[in-house]
Amino acid sequence: MAKTILEIAGLRKTYGPVEVLKGIDCAVHEGEVIAIIGSSGSGKTTLLRCINMLEDFQDGTIRLDGEEIGYHVDASAGRRRKSERDIARQRALTGMAFQQFNLFPHMTAAQNVMLGLVKVKRLPKGEAHAIALKWLDRVGLGDRANHYPGQLSGGQQQRVAIARAIAMNPRLMLFDEVTSALDPELVGEVLQVIKDLAAEGMTMLLVTHEMRFAYEVASRVIFMNKGVIGEEGNPREMFLAPRTERLAEFLKTSSFN
Amino acid sequence: MGYTLNFAVVWRNFDQLLAGLALSLGLAVVSILIGAVIGLAVAFALTSRYRAVACPATAYVTLIRNLPILVLVLFAYFALPQLGVRLDKVQSFVAVLALYSGAYLAEVFRAGLLSIPKGLTEAGLAIGLTPMQIRSTIIIPLMLRNVLPSMSSTIISLFKDTSLAATIAVPELTFAARKINVESFRVIETWIVASALYVVTCALIAALMRQIERRLAVPR
Repeated sequence: MAKTILEIAGLRKTYGPVEVLKGIDCAVHEGEVIAIIGSSGSGKTTLLRCINMLEDFQDGTIRLDGEEIGYHVDASAGRRRKSERDIARQRALTGMAFQQFNLFPHMTAAQNVMLGLVKVKRLPKGEAHAIALKWLDRVGLGDRANHYPGQLSGGQQQRVAIARAIAMNPRLMLFDEVTSALDPELVGEVLQVIKDLAAEGMTMLLVTHEMRFAYEVASRVIFMNKGVIGEEGNPREMFLAPRTERLAEFLKTSSFN
Repeated sequence: MGYTLNFAVVWRNFDQLLAGLALSLGLAVVSILIGAVIGLAVAFALTSRYRAVACPATAYVTLIRNLPILVLVLFAYFALPQLGVRLDKVQSFVAVLALYSGAYLAEVFRAGLLSIPKGLTEAGLAIGLTPMQIRSTIIIPLMLRNVLPSMSSTIISLFKDTSLAATIAVPELTFAARKINVESFRVIETWIVASALYVVTCALIAALMRQIERRLAVPR
């Protein structure tokens, strides 16, 4: 078995009285492409957001390459949040692409990609620019480097956002419903980029509603249901022969056919 | 009425008016710059989720905005020395106008901060930027672009408030005009020219702000 990159144990997350994640255990190995599916409110996006500490969580541990994310957990002193600086450093180890792209509108595509390289990785501008151009080229936007987000289509913006995340050379990529805000005709170009990254061995977790895509690209599928992992396995078993009623029902109402 | 307009005296003393205008602009620029720094800090404090930070900021803005600036000017010049704080008249006026600008600009900036999508902060966090880096590279540049139009009218209004410095004998434009008026009795001419100087200057400030707005506009 390949090396374990991410290890989640007993993860619990509450918003006030509402428990969104009710004890998640899962491990991600190098090179795995994991699709997280489930109906809205099942906790799949929250799970992703806990992994890079965009959400605090109340119990359990998340380990990235063996290092505890977000919190010092120690038997005597209990559990306390790490410093902002530490958390920032840890966040740089994972890349994230968002549903709404979230490109910085006052920066060109190249500047968007360069920002983390210059400010976080402290690379010289020239080197950062070269890396930015390389990745923009890889997502098919080499000729759009000097365009501002407002001058790009949704699909192009999302590809820049993916380049921005990947350029940081993360251990793990998190994709949060990256095609949900796109016009149908622009979905394909973004999925193709993700597919290429997967083929190159990038480890990734994808929250997605594109069942056909999950089926084709994922090495493993996790079905989230009401804050717990309802079922997991390889896509073939999961989609063609769901073991639980819940998953069967979910697949019936989703676009997978 | 038989009044004949005669601008000769005003033109003879025009250099005094221009010197006054220069001082007015100087007072405004220095006060607004200090006020912008105060306003930025206070705007972040106002939007803080920590009450211990937000409450004092709200108190400052509420207090200053509910006091007539003339009262503040008089208080700073006449009452502060009694309390042992000695400032000359220019210093005391700049201090007041800076505090006053700070409160108004804080509100302008606060509105600008609220208009920035939370997703941009999250995107910054996700690539490993610290909250401070996110503020300086993403939030503040975008916020300033957002608020330029409303900042323009605030700045013009603050510039006009420099005329209140005349009440404590700071020789700015209004004071200079009043001096010419008193010495020459050319009431109408003097105030027409002084008014024209204010109007033209404000129009130029507005044009300058529009220029900056256009220069910084995000291409789309």
